[in-house]
Amino acid sequence: MLAMNFRGPFRVRADRHAPYPEIEHPEDCIVRVLRSCICGSDLHLYHGLVPDTRVGTIFGHEFIGEVVETGSQVQKLKVGDRISVPFNISCGRCVFCKQELYGLCHEVNAQATATGGIFGYSHTCGGYHGGQAEYVRVPYADVGPTVIPDWMDLDDAVMLTDVVPTAYQAAEMGGIQEGDTVVVFGAGPIGIMTAKCAWLFGAGRVIIIDQLDYRLEFAQQYAQCDAYNFNHLNDPVVFIKQLTDSLGADVCIDAVGCEAAGDAMNTLLGRKLLLQGGSTTALHWAINSVKKGGIVSIVGVYGPTNALVPIGNVVNKGITIRASQASVKRVVPRLMQYVKDGIINPKELITHRLPLEEVAEGYHLFSAKRDNIIKPVLIPPSA
Amino acid sequence: MTDETRPEEFSDKSKKDYSHIKGWGIARDSENDPTYPMKNRLPEDNEGYNWERPPLQPMDIEVLKSVERKNYPAVFGKTLPPSGLSGVIRRAAFRKSESSFGRWVPLILADRINMVEGIVDDLKHGVVPNFFKERGWKAEWKYNRQEFVIKSAVAVAVGAGLLSALLWSANKKPTNYH
Repeated sequence: MLAMNFRGPFRVRADRHAPYPEIEHPEDCIVRVLRSCICGSDLHLYHGLVPDTRVGTIFGHEFIGEVVETGSQVQKLKVGDRISVPFNISCGRCVFCKQELYGLCHEVNAQATATGGIFGYSHTCGGYHGGQAEYVRVPYADVGPTVIPDWMDLDDAVMLTDVVPTAYQAAEMGGIQEGDTVVVFGAGPIGIMTAKCAWLFGAGRVIIIDQLDYRLEFAQQYAQCDAYNFNHLNDPVVFIKQLTDSLGADVCIDAVGCEAAGDAMNTLLGRKLLLQGGSTTALHWAINSVKKGGIVSIVGVYGPTNALVPIGNVVNKGITIRASQASVKRVVPRLMQYVKDGIINPKELITHRLPLEEVAEGYHLFSAKRDNIIKPVLIPPSA
Repeated sequence: MTDETRPEEFSDKSKKDYSHIKGWGIARDSENDPTYPMKNRLPEDNEGYNWERPPLQPMDIEVLKSVERKNYPAVFGKTLPPSGLSGVIRRAAFRKSESSFGRWVPLILADRINMVEGIVDDLKHGVVPNFFKERGWKAEWKYNRQEFVIKSAVAVAVGAGLLSALLWSANKKPTNYH
């Protein structure tokens, strides 16, 4: 079958001879992929920042598809069902899944306890192949996947596997109260959607910060928020204090993660020398921009090694930090309803649709931010 | 774009009218404040690892396991078992806990070695890696041609310069002082 194939940092190819996936467990199913996004966090793999990313890995944790084969114990799905597959794999039985913390399942990842299992996201996240392929193995088929309703556009459905749930949970973790000022760091797909979702929680003001003007313009239109380029500011933290009568924002959200720009030391230590689990610039700004007693919500992806953060300020300001991989399965039903009601339009974020054969160009476009790219989707020839 | 050079002029002047924002406030939850836990607490929270486990996936390949786990999970990824020199390093790294640099830094080293192993493996199978294609430079040629041409020319010039210097150095006759 055709599949993306990782060959090392900044090198991927479309491999026409990838092995067809097999049922490995009675609760598995095999899915024919219909759409698969490249996620901003895939770029961390692509750039070689995630430990234990083995050559030959098929990336892709945002995908939807049609069930073509089921294991002997799969009850809820049948061949022919079109399903939306959460990026995180979950068993539904462990104490974490029972608490609806589906991103923290304990029965999916041998290699690490600090993270659950994620499709196509290195052996640190379980060593599963991902959905940037024609076919993919989906474990615990009765637990995570949701059948896509007939009315739903496939482009909307694929955005419900990660982008919208992560963004929604980012806003939810912020504990936004009516009238709050919310600052979102990062105007990638997650940040833009987070800004949109902040309004759903009753935010009084939403501000997004990034360094790419085309993304800020998009965010301003799509999420109806204020947008600022940090390269035009002397100091983003002082700027936010000025905007908030010197007190700081009620909620700050880090939607950037380990490849944040804007600070030379963090860039050197976190992105070039890999001496910490990524560049923490956005997190620094979030902690220092939030009001005393405020909340910092983190959905940006960081590596497992240590990272420098102003922890003294967290203590002294009495900040609450909330962070997690999204619990996709928990929030998907309500998000589907929001899509149906026209409250959110996820597919509007998709700017590029590429055949899977052009996966290398897709990664380069997204990595180098060419052609005003916001969100690329790969479409396999068998879709 | 909003002019951000005088932020004091952009303090909140909203009229508290959010009617233009579809869905404003529909997800409000006044109990979701910092002290309100987001997980659903269960009686079994404090009962340890005693849930009824799913059927266990057969283990017929080498899968490395974190020393912080007491067992293998019921389901695991079966892809790309450790092999070669990178595999030796990965096995050693997995003897350390996830809280140790000794776990993660060797894994990154193993990844880089694995990249070279991948090239060797390609060549052994008669595949010459197409770096231009794998790096997606076709897209760069299409969308950023001028900069791409300049960078490529500089890279070629620097490479040629280094090669010339090396060749000159190698061909230089040793000086005979006797």
